Amino acid sequence: MSKTNQVKEDTKSVFQNKGSRRNFLKYSGAGIATAGILLMGCEDNENMVPDLDGVVNLGSGDVGVLNYAYVLEQLEAAFYINVVTNLYRNISDVERTMMEDLRNHEVAHRDFLKAALGSNAIGELTFDFSSVNFNNRESVLATAKVFEDLGVAAYNGAGKLLQNPDFLLIAGKIVSVEARHAAAIRSILDSDPKSFAGNDVIDANGLDRAFEPAMVLNAASTFILNKINASQLPTS
Amino acid sequence: MKIFQLLEMYSIKPETLDTFTSRRNAFAKLGSFGKKVAMAAIPVGFASVAGNKAYAATMEPLDVLNFALTLEYLEAEYYTKGLAASGLIPAGKDRAIFELIEKHEVDHVAFLIAGITASGGTPVSKPTFDFTVGGAFNPFGNYEQFLALAQAFEDTGVRAYKGQAANLMSNKALLTAALQIHSVEARHASEVRRLRGLKGWITQNERGAGMPEATQAVYNGENNLMQGGVNVTTVTTIGSDGITESFDEPLTKEEVLTIAGLFIAA
Repeated sequence: MSKTNQVKEDTKSVFQNKGSRRNFLKYSGAGIATAGILLMGCEDNENMVPDLDGVVNLGSGDVGVLNYAYVLEQLEAAFYINVVTNLYRNISDVERTMMEDLRNHEVAHRDFLKAALGSNAIGELTFDFSSVNFNNRESVLATAKVFEDLGVAAYNGAGKLLQNPDFLLIAGKIVSVEARHAAAIRSILDSDPKSFAGNDVIDANGLDRAFEPAMVLNAASTFILNKINASQLPTS
Repeated sequence: MKIFQLLEMYSIKPETLDTFTSRRNAFAKLGSFGKKVAMAAIPVGFASVAGNKAYAATMEPLDVLNFALTLEYLEAEYYTKGLAASGLIPAGKDRAIFELIEKHEVDHVAFLIAGITASGGTPVSKPTFDFTVGGAFNPFGNYEQFLALAQAFEDTGVRAYKGQAANLMSNKALLTAALQIHSVEARHASEVRRLRGLKGWITQNERGAGMPEATQAVYNGENNLMQGGVNVTTVTTIGSDGITESFDEPLTKEEVLTIAGLFIAA
């Protein structure tokens, strides 16, 4: 089985394990109908139609920015699903609970964004985690650290691109949780007690990083098999 | 317990804060603090009239920065005093952590003062803080209490910045800078919580083991399951604990001032 299929299988198994038929119905039914309301009034999105060449087009305006967030949450969710279904050797109870929590949080973010975007949501992406050794603690936590720090910087940089204050607030609700994750991962991975907010990520003014989407997507592209078109995202 | 008398004195009844009157009263009792934060022109109570949204009571960007500066003054002084209290913070890992947090808060104060000045505003002056709340707490003589208040301040900081983001949308540079401070506060919160043996994130509206009851206002509302009009429980298989951990909630300016006001003597 290829790595990509492995991720799909793992994703499926999580929903089979945790999600009963009732949950499936819950997921596919009224929730989505309600959720569609969230983005009503945003521009109608003809660019959600996949490009003929299979490139995933994020779209424009706030929809584009939320789809960009949805890319990152899909990535993180798929990663932690892999981590939890294939826990690294000799994992401690505290770290196992942490990995399960992070999996839950990222899946919740992913599912929420999908619902919020409704018919404007991009499809499910496929990922390549072949560079990660899931049996190895260092490999898993080092990757988690990259993802969490990247997520923080991505949301910090994307805030100014949003037009709707409701979406900005939601992005704010998510980014601080990503920052809590980043600090926790750094704290268990790194021996430096100051790593949780280390000067590799926090500057001399005490500010965290803020990245533009192009930079974030470029960094994330190592793990994403789909080609993503972010050219319509707002730039300022 | 003395803290309850103090809460009475400040008219702080979290369960009634949603009403116009109690908000106005709570705010009025904070007295000089309110003036210092330079919000005289803001009709307090609009938040509840216009809808229960963190940004419903709009503040101009400069007022937001002064509001943020007041919180950063509080945090910076707290950690500076904590580090100066002999024998309080254990050497090694704990001390390294608080040295870094203190550095960031001091940096935030300087950054905000520079930003307010550069924007043509006047930075508010530092209030006089009383971290003992009239003797109810002993944070600089008791490390457990020091940690508990640190957790409360950091979790409040996260919620406070989040609640003001929308008020900075007209100035993208300020918004981005505020978000960059916001995530640093969240890193601090996570670390302090974990140092106290808790998870780095907030489950439901639990303040966590060992937190004084007086800090519950910091956690009220964190059990929200509705995001952007979506009941998140209907769109995911993740349970409500996980959902509440996944979204940090904002606090209104008034809620933040009620919490911070406890520690402001003048």
